Amino acid sequence: MTNGDAYITGIGQSQVGMKLTRHPLLLTLDAVREALAEANLGIDQIDGVSTYPGRTPGLLGFSPVGADELVDALGIKATWYAGGAEITSQLGAVVAAAAAVRCGLARHVICFRTVYEAAALARPDEYPVPRRDRVDGTSQWTAPFNALSAATWTAQYAMRHVKRYGLTREQLAQIALTGRANAALNPRALVREPLTMDEYLSARMISSPLCLYDCDRYTDASTVLIVSAGDALDEVSCTPIRIAAMAGSVDRLSWDQAEWMACYPTGIDLWKHTDYKPSDVDTAQLYDGFSFQAVAWLEALGFCDIGEGGRFIEGGKRIALDGELPLNTFGGQIGAGRLHGFGFAHEAVVQLRGKGEARQVAGDPRVAVCTSGGGPLATALLLARD
Amino acid sequence: MAAPRPLPRLDDTNRAFWTGGAEQELRLMHCRDCDAFIHPPRPVCRNCLSENVAPRTVAGTGVVDTFTVNYQKWHPAMEVPFVIARVAVDGAPGVYLTTNIVGCPVEAVDIGDRVRVVFERQDDVYLPLFEKID
Ligand SMILES: [Zn+2]
Repeated sequence: MTNGDAYITGIGQSQVGMKLTRHPLLLTLDAVREALAEANLGIDQIDGVSTYPGRTPGLLGFSPVGADELVDALGIKATWYAGGAEITSQLGAVVAAAAAVRCGLARHVICFRTVYEAAALARPDEYPVPRRDRVDGTSQWTAPFNALSAATWTAQYAMRHVKRYGLTREQLAQIALTGRANAALNPRALVREPLTMDEYLSARMISSPLCLYDCDRYTDASTVLIVSAGDALDEVSCTPIRIAAMAGSVDRLSWDQAEWMACYPTGIDLWKHTDYKPSDVDTAQLYDGFSFQAVAWLEALGFCDIGEGGRFIEGGKRIALDGELPLNTFGGQIGAGRLHGFGFAHEAVVQLRGKGEARQVAGDPRVAVCTSGGGPLATALLLARD
Repeated sequence: MAAPRPLPRLDDTNRAFWTGGAEQELRLMHCRDCDAFIHPPRPVCRNCLSENVAPRTVAGTGVVDTFTVNYQKWHPAMEVPFVIARVAVDGAPGVYLTTNIVGCPVEAVDIGDRVRVVFERQDDVYLPLFEKID
């Protein structure tokens, strides 16, 4: 019987830190090795590579390793590969790989995201920041107004929730508090100390209503997910995790022209590809580069109504590790580090395999949702252990 | 904000927007066939795919759709706090401008505030900022 589904098999992650000195290609190799070992695959069985956003020469810390570079460096004989930023955010690289294996273009695809932003900042001689005389493209519509960070763009969507729906700082804090509490149980997390509500409320503002603890921070790490074809699972020794549904969207490639962030149409669309419902989800791993994005994803995916996200997470019990919908059990990006999208899928697989150790969700979780992006671009994956 | 702002590179498509302030005019790309406004400006209408598009001057007033008070110094010379806002432009449905609200304390800005364009010149660029209409 043929199996036309795509599965996540081996997963791996390098050391996670700030200002690491290990070469980013070797961090990627560390994650690849761990993923291959878990799946009991050899590098000669890998025939595809997929990454986001590919090597970015002008901003090497953001993405220091390209897909073609990894193919060449590890001696991979690839029949398919892809790497680029023009895709529906970070986990779009996993969507592309899943489509490729379902079409028979490859059997086992290494999907990776390597970040080196803290190291690059610390070593400007090796990783120079390009000097630009003028800005163009989409940044010309924000940079001249000193809206220089995604913090300021996300903050404006968050402020609309504050004013229109009554989102409070105490409610928003629960994303950071939950992430930091879970990160304390994750040996690889960037930040291991829990955060208190008092610390959160007294933190300095970055861009209202987002304070320091609502933002992730530059991290050095690599995360790998191997996507395997359903009819290649007999070559794999770990429990395969089925990609039960995928969705992504872009409408305006812009942080200011869209009425709603892209997570909203993506979240609605995800459920059109599956018989599962939000109530079937045992744990949610939702993008929190900025805390508000996780609130928006909760609404977008239908865990609560639009505008109800703040009240949904109020007090934090519902999204805690022992709550009805454990959220960002590895710490999210705010706690575990800016793994940039891939950390959410990695953790969903960890939880569905029951390998979370101190942070393992109780009760044999079988269905997890993970997301990336959410601003102008968004991707959502529903993962299941059959 | 005394520190120089990053400025856009001007080209034939965006020049009308960034230099209209020399005549105190806010100019947005507009479709002569279907009457839609096109922002960011492009040589094609995203509503009807017509190429019959040209800059059109709008009233220069609008409403604060949402905003944030920026406290972070993204570079050492930046003077904070200041307001970054998304303004819905009167007469151009669906067009929002990211901008700064100037001429009032940051605490005075709220969603729904009526605002009017004021241009700040830097080199050959006229930045459309907005101030509250009392
Ligand atoms: Zn038109």
